[in-house]
Amino acid sequence: MSLLSVRDLTVKFAMRDQTVTALNGISFDLAKGERLGIVGESGAGKSITGFSLMNLLSRPGYIDTGKILFEGEDVVQMNDKRLRNLRGNRMAMIFQDPMVTLNPVLTIGQQMIETLMAHRKLSHEEARQIAIVKLREVYIPSPEERLEQYPHELSGGMRQRIIIAIALLLDPQLIIADEPTTALDVTIQADIMELMLELCQSNQVGLILITHDLGVVSQMTERTLVMYAGRIIESGRTREIINDPQHPYTQGLINALPQQTVPGQRLKQIPGNMPGLASIPAGCAFNPRCKYATDLCRSRVPEAVHYGGVEVACHEVQRLNSDEDRQEARA
Amino acid sequence: MFAYLAKRVIQAVAVMFVISLIAFAIQGNLGDPLRELVGQSVSEEVRQQLRDEMGLNDSFVTQYLRFAGNALQGDLGTSYFFKEPALDVILKKLPATLELVFGATLIIVGFSVPLGVYTAIKPDSILSRIIMGLSIVGISIPVFLTAILMIFVFSVEYGWFPSYGRGDTVHVWGYWETNFATADGWLHIILPSIALASIMLPLFVRLIRAEMMEVLQSEYVKYAKAKGINPWRIYFVHALKNTLLPVITVGGVQIGTMVAYTILTETVFQWPGMGFMFLEAVNRVDTPLIVAYLIVVGFIFVVTNTIVDLIYGLVNPTVNIARMGA
Repeated sequence: MSLLSVRDLTVKFAMRDQTVTALNGISFDLAKGERLGIVGESGAGKSITGFSLMNLLSRPGYIDTGKILFEGEDVVQMNDKRLRNLRGNRMAMIFQDPMVTLNPVLTIGQQMIETLMAHRKLSHEEARQIAIVKLREVYIPSPEERLEQYPHELSGGMRQRIIIAIALLLDPQLIIADEPTTALDVTIQADIMELMLELCQSNQVGLILITHDLGVVSQMTERTLVMYAGRIIESGRTREIINDPQHPYTQGLINALPQQTVPGQRLKQIPGNMPGLASIPAGCAFNPRCKYATDLCRSRVPEAVHYGGVEVACHEVQRLNSDEDRQEARA
Repeated sequence: MFAYLAKRVIQAVAVMFVISLIAFAIQGNLGDPLRELVGQSVSEEVRQQLRDEMGLNDSFVTQYLRFAGNALQGDLGTSYFFKEPALDVILKKLPATLELVFGATLIIVGFSVPLGVYTAIKPDSILSRIIMGLSIVGISIPVFLTAILMIFVFSVEYGWFPSYGRGDTVHVWGYWETNFATADGWLHIILPSIALASIMLPLFVRLIRAEMMEVLQSEYVKYAKAKGINPWRIYFVHALKNTLLPVITVGGVQIGTMVAYTILTETVFQWPGMGFMFLEAVNRVDTPLIVAYLIVVGFIFVVTNTIVDLIYGLVNPTVNIARMGA
């Protein structure tokens, strides 16, 4: 049995004059200890997917239909008490910006100890000892002193380490990391990613890494989902997706990487922008930006098909595979 | 810490200097002091002589320096009406006013926090809408009207509370008499305290609600939820502490403002405090007393604000008083 099994998850936002669909029938599985990357442009629904898994969407967003089975139990149906027991305990989350994630008026110790005591019957001192052990695991020097400090006394990288330590406090089955290094210095990003990989592997923790950085995904994860306008358009083993992407959008993303361009030339960007949630085009949402688009693409939403080692939702995947440009790009 | 304190004290002194200038300028423009001192029968020659003796013909600067020098030694002039040092007159009235302000502050703190938090947590509930509606009414009705209405309903119609005065007070020390020692004293202070609180309380409910709603949207509250923390702990530990930081700053200014608002409340309830005294002093053109009142109230303002800033530094960990100003 898989650890997490998401089926036909649809998330909507009730706006003042209309209801928009942010996630449209998403399905995926995660095995115990598996690391999954979710990539896509801003607004594709990556973060919303992450928050939905914890049933932590804030108004006006809500889960419309679908199931999120975590260890066999449906998160969507859980009551508040069950949800509290799940959050931070069996499933932990690492937020994007460590500068605003920790409460500025509570010490690091208070914020760690409260998390432990919310889920386990521990004395304050026992909780403190566990917190110190976890801070050591994320290589924080003199953890006893850190416990007495307030967030503003620590650097961004240090804070993100502490947030990782908090995520690991209760030995969860799954950690959801929502762009955990976007707000950090480039030099620290690699350190944090390496630390997360090491800890997930040694503790057998599942990881869902939400990012727009394909390089990070290729180093960190075993499987990848590519999202576009609230749908999964391509999924499969990370190696396959990076080396041999099938969907024109994924191809565009990979071609846009600076490494794919001769220095001095313009980056090969995908023309146009991701559509807003209120104006998703009919058919395949990517069709206005896609040079392979046909009438079929403009009228019918493509189903996911198995092709070249991945699942891909594209009508024209076969034609495109024999395309000359494509062959050229691959060479 | 010392450098910060010193900086604050210098600021306070500067503010007091400006207040004393204004108060002194008022003194010079509130008519001829001699008219209050001597009768009409005194001849112009004698008047001139008196003016010279009193230094009224000196330059503005000389007069101000004399005034400020006396003020620094606690001499704010002599009340024409009471024939006593103006400062003594005010200090005798001060306890009554401070107790009234204290009573109102208790009401404001006791009610604004729970009401503000509740309306922020459940913004759509019927009770919240009622509270918010009433708060608009409270802000809109002037203090004296609230006071008269309360006297009419609770004193005249039902006879639950006395309508004027301080009732039985008990001497604590010096001339400080307190209302909080006898049941009669409590009964007398309740209506005036409510009246005085009637404008500030709704203001604080709305302020706390607005701040709290903003804090509840913050990342760290979302993060606390993601950690599975109990909602009560999120509301009262994570959110409220952050909510109160800006509220403390505003609150300090408002306590000062309340001292000024006591003029209306004390007048309606015949409360023997310095607000009531001030109104009488204005009626009697008791210039030294008016000036002394302005300076004392200004002083209270400056002191409360300085104290509030220090408290803010202690509550907010991101402000390090020990290192500030260094």
